[in-house]
Amino acid sequence: MKSFLAFVKKEFYHVLRDRRVLLILFGMPVVQVLLFGFALTSEVKNTRIAVVDYAKDNASREITDKVAASRYFDIDRNLLSHEALLDAFREGKVKAALVFPAGFERDLAHQGTAQVQIITDATDMNVAGQVTAYLTRIITAYQADRSVPSRNTYQITAETRMLYNPELRGAPNFVPGVMAMVLLLVCVMMTAVAIVKEKEMGTMEVLLVSPMKPALIIISKAVPYLILSLVDLIAILLLSVYVLKVPVRGSLALLMGESTLFIITCLMLGILISIQTASQEVAMLISLVAMMLPTLMLSGFMFPIENMPYVLQLLSDILPSKWYYIIVKMVMIKGAGFMAVWKETAILLGITLLLFGVSLKKFKIRLG
Amino acid sequence: MMRTLKILLQKEFRQIFRNKIILAISLMAPIMQFLVLPLAANYEIKNINLVIVDNDHSAYSRQLLGKISASGYFKLTGHCDHYKEAFRYIERGQADVILDIPQGFERDLLREGNQKVFLAMNAINGTKASLGGSYLGAIIADFDREISGRLNAASAHVRPVGLEIRPTNWFNPKRNYKLSLIPGILALLVTMVGGFLSALNIVKEKEIGTIEQINVSPVKKRDFILAKLIPFWVLANVVFTVGLILSYFVYGIVPQGSILLLYGFVAVYLLAVLGFGLLVSTFCNTQQQAMFLMFFFMMVFVLLGGLFTPIDSMPVWAQWITKLNPVAYLIDVIRMVMLKGSGIKDILPQLGAIILMAVVLNGWAVLNYKKTA
Repeated sequence: MKSFLAFVKKEFYHVLRDRRVLLILFGMPVVQVLLFGFALTSEVKNTRIAVVDYAKDNASREITDKVAASRYFDIDRNLLSHEALLDAFREGKVKAALVFPAGFERDLAHQGTAQVQIITDATDMNVAGQVTAYLTRIITAYQADRSVPSRNTYQITAETRMLYNPELRGAPNFVPGVMAMVLLLVCVMMTAVAIVKEKEMGTMEVLLVSPMKPALIIISKAVPYLILSLVDLIAILLLSVYVLKVPVRGSLALLMGESTLFIITCLMLGILISIQTASQEVAMLISLVAMMLPTLMLSGFMFPIENMPYVLQLLSDILPSKWYYIIVKMVMIKGAGFMAVWKETAILLGITLLLFGVSLKKFKIRLG
Repeated sequence: MMRTLKILLQKEFRQIFRNKIILAISLMAPIMQFLVLPLAANYEIKNINLVIVDNDHSAYSRQLLGKISASGYFKLTGHCDHYKEAFRYIERGQADVILDIPQGFERDLLREGNQKVFLAMNAINGTKASLGGSYLGAIIADFDREISGRLNAASAHVRPVGLEIRPTNWFNPKRNYKLSLIPGILALLVTMVGGFLSALNIVKEKEIGTIEQINVSPVKKRDFILAKLIPFWVLANVVFTVGLILSYFVYGIVPQGSILLLYGFVAVYLLAVLGFGLLVSTFCNTQQQAMFLMFFFMMVFVLLGGLFTPIDSMPVWAQWITKLNPVAYLIDVIRMVMLKGSGIKDILPQLGAIILMAVVLNGWAVLNYKKTA
């Protein structure tokens, strides 16, 4: 035990000595959570759209005013023709256009029906889809206002309650995602170089000739990073509660416990990378180039997993960040208890044990 | 001077090609990701899990439910007798929407002409919730029209009322979600290979100590830097080319605009990114420091690049940050030239910004790089 503590102390010195890395380690998660917590929302707002009005009558103007009044759109009224529209799309000036044909109101009044066209720049399908849905909603509402209620119309109104996030902010969705992302990459990257650096420098020999068991050497490498990550976690949680106003609805102890488990999973992954690679450069490339985008895209906070092809769904199952993201959403945002997340917890635990087992097996006590 | 550069370049290329693992990671990883990740990108809101609390059990409530589940947007996952029970589904994550139909729904609807239903949606993902609400609203409005028409058919001649809304999707008529992601992923991969590898490479020489040898040699600062940057410039261009070929053969994307223009922009863009990597490397002494710094900036570049969430929706201060984000410009330009057929006139603002960045970053890096360790 005493020698184990000495090893942990040695690792601490390694970490604390490099002030720059330490600064980045604490500064980075803080800046990122703030930046992304405020800036990210997949909802469209202030989207620039053009109105091409061939009709210029009351009906088209009324609809345009309604669109202008919504928080989703900023209107550019100066475009007159389809040709100008194509140029505006090519320059990226507008994301969508609303086109009223000539005689719009006349058709509506006399024939009872008229056409209105919504043109979207579908190179960004997320924006295009939402713009179409919101414009349709505004136009349908206009239509409902216009039609005179008579005894013969029947109307069902839907009274909607938005649970957990009544103002539809981006933060409650993105904070758990950013937490998973930042913790994962920081923990993996930190430990990924821990062992390989000793190999590269040649100091590994010294560790190996010591009477310590391999398992303890691995664990002593992970302990300082575990403590640093917990400090990071606390900072992130404080920021999200007090600055981003995303409170912890469930048990704080449960959230901390689950996060600790996730951190350990990531540290184990980092250690495995460290054992398997021969140079720092390779270890870093693997932990960043090969992990960043897949984690970002397959964890479920950017794109819904249920929409992905089956193979990718399977792939997402082996990502620890996916399970952690689900757990944080459940515990932090929905306020669920342990019974709601025991399955995810068990999976994370399983992945951790597996990683530890493989690391132990692959850890060579001979060099060369 | 040319001879020195040539020899130095030879050294750099040899070092890159010698390490097969690094070469594999920096070429294969981007290609694999390019092939797999676009498949994941589907924002389409479909199969939203819905729980029903039907307190009416009438013909009309059943018809409404039938219409909702036939729409394709919603999937019925359960019937409950009480709202509380339905709420458990939401808590457990098994459903995202509760539709609560009150008792006497059919009777009141027929007698009074209007009736309420209650919706509760899991709004953690605000976009999904508000789109889901829109879809349900449209289905219900449709149902209104249907029953109004049916009930009035006998009594009188009813005029069709309505605006016909015709949505058209330009540049991507098939509404292919992959198309909106491919330019972005291409941009990210080119950036990672260009900026990240170059930063690591230079710091590695510092950490191992081999930079000393260069410093005491008569090699000029300019030649050393050029020799470091050119190989990664070439490598990133290879990744970009492979990406273009794959997007043609795998995803069927035919570039609408000039390919030459694309390459021209990427060439300048890479100068900016390489300059950035160089600058980072001048501030760092160990690979670990360089990696953490690059990781920090890559995360910011990726998430504030307008690929995953729209830049227009960000607060104004964040929109200003995106103006300093080279990746945002590249994503924009690839989308414009490749998918919309924009010409050089259209991308002038982006080109200007990138040239400015290239000059500033490289200038700063060269000033900051000292030939004394």
